[in-house]
Amino acid sequence: MSAVASKNTVEFKEEVNQSDFEVRSLDTQCVNASQKEVPLYYNIKYLFAGIFFGVILVKSEVISWFRIQEMFRLQSFHMYGVIGTAVVVGIFSIFLIKKLKIKTIHGEDIEFYDKKFTKGQIYGGLIFGLGWAITGACPGPLFAQLGSGVTVIAVTILSALAGTWVYGKFREKLPN
Amino acid sequence: MLELIKQPWHWSVAGVLIGLTVPLLLILGNKNFGISANLRHICAACFPGNVPFFKYNWKKEIWNLFFAVGIIIGGFLAMHFLHDPAQVKVAPALASSLAENGINDYSELVPTQLFNWDNLLTVKGLFFMVIGGFLVGFGTRYAGGCTSGHAISGLANLQWPSLVATICFMVGGFISANLIVPYLLKL
Repeated sequence: MSAVASKNTVEFKEEVNQSDFEVRSLDTQCVNASQKEVPLYYNIKYLFAGIFFGVILVKSEVISWFRIQEMFRLQSFHMYGVIGTAVVVGIFSIFLIKKLKIKTIHGEDIEFYDKKFTKGQIYGGLIFGLGWAITGACPGPLFAQLGSGVTVIAVTILSALAGTWVYGKFREKLPN
Repeated sequence: MLELIKQPWHWSVAGVLIGLTVPLLLILGNKNFGISANLRHICAACFPGNVPFFKYNWKKEIWNLFFAVGIIIGGFLAMHFLHDPAQVKVAPALASSLAENGINDYSELVPTQLFNWDNLLTVKGLFFMVIGGFLVGFGTRYAGGCTSGHAISGLANLQWPSLVATICFMVGGFISANLIVPYLLKL
């Protein structure tokens, strides 16, 4: 009896986790696919990954408002080169991970989820594009700009938070 | 060596390193590279209101906030220890069009003549710092990701919805940079 009860509890827990995963992954490309419960300090490694990424964004001038204007005015190849190379390296890396069944450093299988198409990718994409050319930065570079000492970008980030919140509030009323 | 690192990096070097961030995060712990989701996690953590979209276990995604704080620190370190004091090089066509609107300071990657605290309460500043940011936050979430989530990790996993999103980012950017920003600069 108790074995059955505990089995039910496990199933129930999985269901809860699954539904939380579904909510978390709503309109979000990046989700934590790991099923492992880890202590908070395990996340320090992502802090270092972020530092690595932040340094790249600054040194390759991806955080530069000027570079973004050049890209959209077709005056420089730089940003196309950066994004294009990153995509090719990413495709090749994921191909190798799938092919060689590479696991995480904790021995977990690496999982991939297919993204569903929504109209938001069109409308939201266009809206983000409009904003991207004005601020000259997408979310990653906004954080790097703030770190590099342009303190007023904190206002832009707060404004982006407001935009995200307003989207969340009116999500149901928008075409999806 | 340090002198070499201090110079602006070639696009191929940056592209390879940014591309490698995708497998790095996967191998470190099954994490999908993406940054705009942080804005949602901050909303969920700080002011969820009564909005179902912000009611989820954001602590499960706390790794992403560590990553974002890392980017801020990385920006600080790069600017303080790997800074290249030379002027930012800009395409002549862009420089001449910006000069017409009074932007001629190329000492920083971010044009401080546009982005500064004094400008914040002007109409121009409102567009560049506040409305621009709002569109970025609203649009990325509506689209389900930004340049990192869709254009890089989405395309890397051959997701066609990410291709649609990326094309729309670019179309929006072309319209904005060529038809809207020139007018905003004149404000």
